Amino acid sequence: MIPALDHLAILPVVLPLAVGAFILLFDERRRLLKMSLSLATVFTLLGIAVTLVVLVNTPTGDRWSTMIVYPLGNWPPPFGIVLVVDRLAALMLLLTAVLGCATLLFAMARWHSAGPRFYTLFLLLLMGLNGAFLTGDLFNLFVFFEILLAASYGLVLHGSGTARVRAGLHYIPINLVASSLFLVGVAVIYGVTGTLNMADLSRIVPTLPPDERILMESGAAVLGIAFLVKAGMWPLSFWLPTTYAAACAPVAAMFAIMTKVGIYVILRLFLLCFGDEAGASEEFGALWLYYGGMATILFGGIGVLASQSMQRLGGYSVLISSGTLLAAIGTGNSAVISGALYYLVTSTFAICAYFLLVELIERGQAAGADVLAVTLEIFGDPEEDIEDEDEEVGVAIPATIAVLGGAFVACTALLAGLPPLSGFIAKFAMLSALLNEAGDIPAAHWAFVVLLMMSGLATLIAMTRNGIRTLWVPAESEIPRVRAIEAIPVGALLLLCAAMTFAGGPAMRYMEATAQILYWPSEYARDVLGSRPADHTASDPRASGHGPSGATP
Amino acid sequence: MEIVLAIGIGIFTASGVWLILRPRTYQVIIGLSLISYAVNLFIFAMAGGGLRVDAPPILAAGGVGNPAAIADPIPQALVLTAIVIGFAMTALFLVVLLAARGRTGTDHVDGREPER
Repeated sequence: MIPALDHLAILPVVLPLAVGAFILLFDERRRLLKMSLSLATVFTLLGIAVTLVVLVNTPTGDRWSTMIVYPLGNWPPPFGIVLVVDRLAALMLLLTAVLGCATLLFAMARWHSAGPRFYTLFLLLLMGLNGAFLTGDLFNLFVFFEILLAASYGLVLHGSGTARVRAGLHYIPINLVASSLFLVGVAVIYGVTGTLNMADLSRIVPTLPPDERILMESGAAVLGIAFLVKAGMWPLSFWLPTTYAAACAPVAAMFAIMTKVGIYVILRLFLLCFGDEAGASEEFGALWLYYGGMATILFGGIGVLASQSMQRLGGYSVLISSGTLLAAIGTGNSAVISGALYYLVTSTFAICAYFLLVELIERGQAAGADVLAVTLEIFGDPEEDIEDEDEEVGVAIPATIAVLGGAFVACTALLAGLPPLSGFIAKFAMLSALLNEAGDIPAAHWAFVVLLMMSGLATLIAMTRNGIRTLWVPAESEIPRVRAIEAIPVGALLLLCAAMTFAGGPAMRYMEATAQILYWPSEYARDVLGSRPADHTASDPRASGHGPSGATP
Repeated sequence: MEIVLAIGIGIFTASGVWLILRPRTYQVIIGLSLISYAVNLFIFAMAGGGLRVDAPPILAAGGVGNPAAIADPIPQALVLTAIVIGFAMTALFLVVLLAARGRTGTDHVDGREPER
């Protein structure tokens, strides 16, 4: 491999940190400079993520995919911290980069000037996210979690206002307590196993004696609660809709991936430590994930139907998405998980696009217009309405409304899982995997199938109702002024979903390979622990040439 | 020594949990601080080889050294990091508390006084 590519794995962490710190040095008024530097950074991150996906997807030698292991400071694992780029991590990096580009472009239209130091906080959030996806060390994961949370605290408050401060007052303490639980879990796991390296952990767990196994499992359970708070599993999710509804549009859109960090870590650690090769601890906690996920879908579905404002509806859609993913992980079936990974990408894009879109649609309305629309529905004079319609025959719907309405319909189809967009393929993949299992299908799986269908129906009803009220009955609202730079990110995200429909075959193949690799923790462990630090003196012929990129599954 | 540490961690945690469930923001932040102290002590208690007295965490200069004579250095490094992060988060939260106090005119955690 080309030597310069060896260091590609660290760039998604270092680049946003360096640029974010650098632009902090300039005065707030030099917005153009900050804007262009940040934009260049997120697009570079996108390029790096694409390169990494291509790299891990390239067969090398007799292997059909590559894993990049990067020992920080050249300390050999498991003693040093390693960054690991496998298929899952590369996928999540790409997802983060796409979301980063879309929301930053959107924010450049007006939100970036709503408060100080937006770009630095945004870049630090990206750094924390990328780091959390890349790291192969439990404590390092904690550090990156704290970085992304600290940035998110600032971003929730971006734009100021009483509602945001109130939401922050709940969001911050909940996450601080979750961080304490994270530390307790990590400490217990370290105390039992004597390692913090995830790959090393997956080797040690099957060999633990029964009395230590109980300690290890309780540590993992405490750790799991910390991640489930982030992922928004019911009943740990009451903070989520309020916070997402209060945050400004680009921030809420970027937060679409924040719950996915929790999901990602659970997926990774659950399959590494309690996967098929874990001996007596196999599938520890799977039932909790499964039933907790289903409860979350139920809670999210009810919330979607009950929510008055469009932002809260988005918040509850996030919960439905999290619940679906958690329940899918809980099934412990690699085919379901490959469908779930596809669903993860689709639903993240859709929720991100939805939050951006809602802000554009609501811009044209006076405050309380949605309430007015409801009152008109009840008290409005039907004859008057018909007259109005007669007058407007032949008048074209304004282009902006048409575009926004079209995007809203696409979002609805994606979130509810209707054909022809990728939301349907995602749900179909999960359902067919659930129903094609060998032997009898257990009742619990039928419950999941029903919930999956019902949540789609609830989303459809709620979003149609909201769409009719806001787009078709514009009660004395102006046509929203939308700049191209705001419409482009929404359109691009929806086009990506459409592209995922057309390229469904290759995309699903990538997800299937990802899910299969996740089920071989011993391969992961061998590659991570077997990697040799780069020997620049080249004194040892075995070590030279391997470097941070040597390992392949 | 173990029993003293265990009771200490227990008291810190219990007081912290009680305080974060209180309605005033200042009580919440003190509760969070107490919980973070408890967590830091807990990490120490989880060191490999149990609690140690008079054992340095680094090897003496020159020679190989006896691993049994030194304390596990990793929990100490973890605690140091956790203290720094916890301190920064407390400071950040304190700023939000002040902002909330200024904006809502109350120090209740919901941003408004409960109706009686």
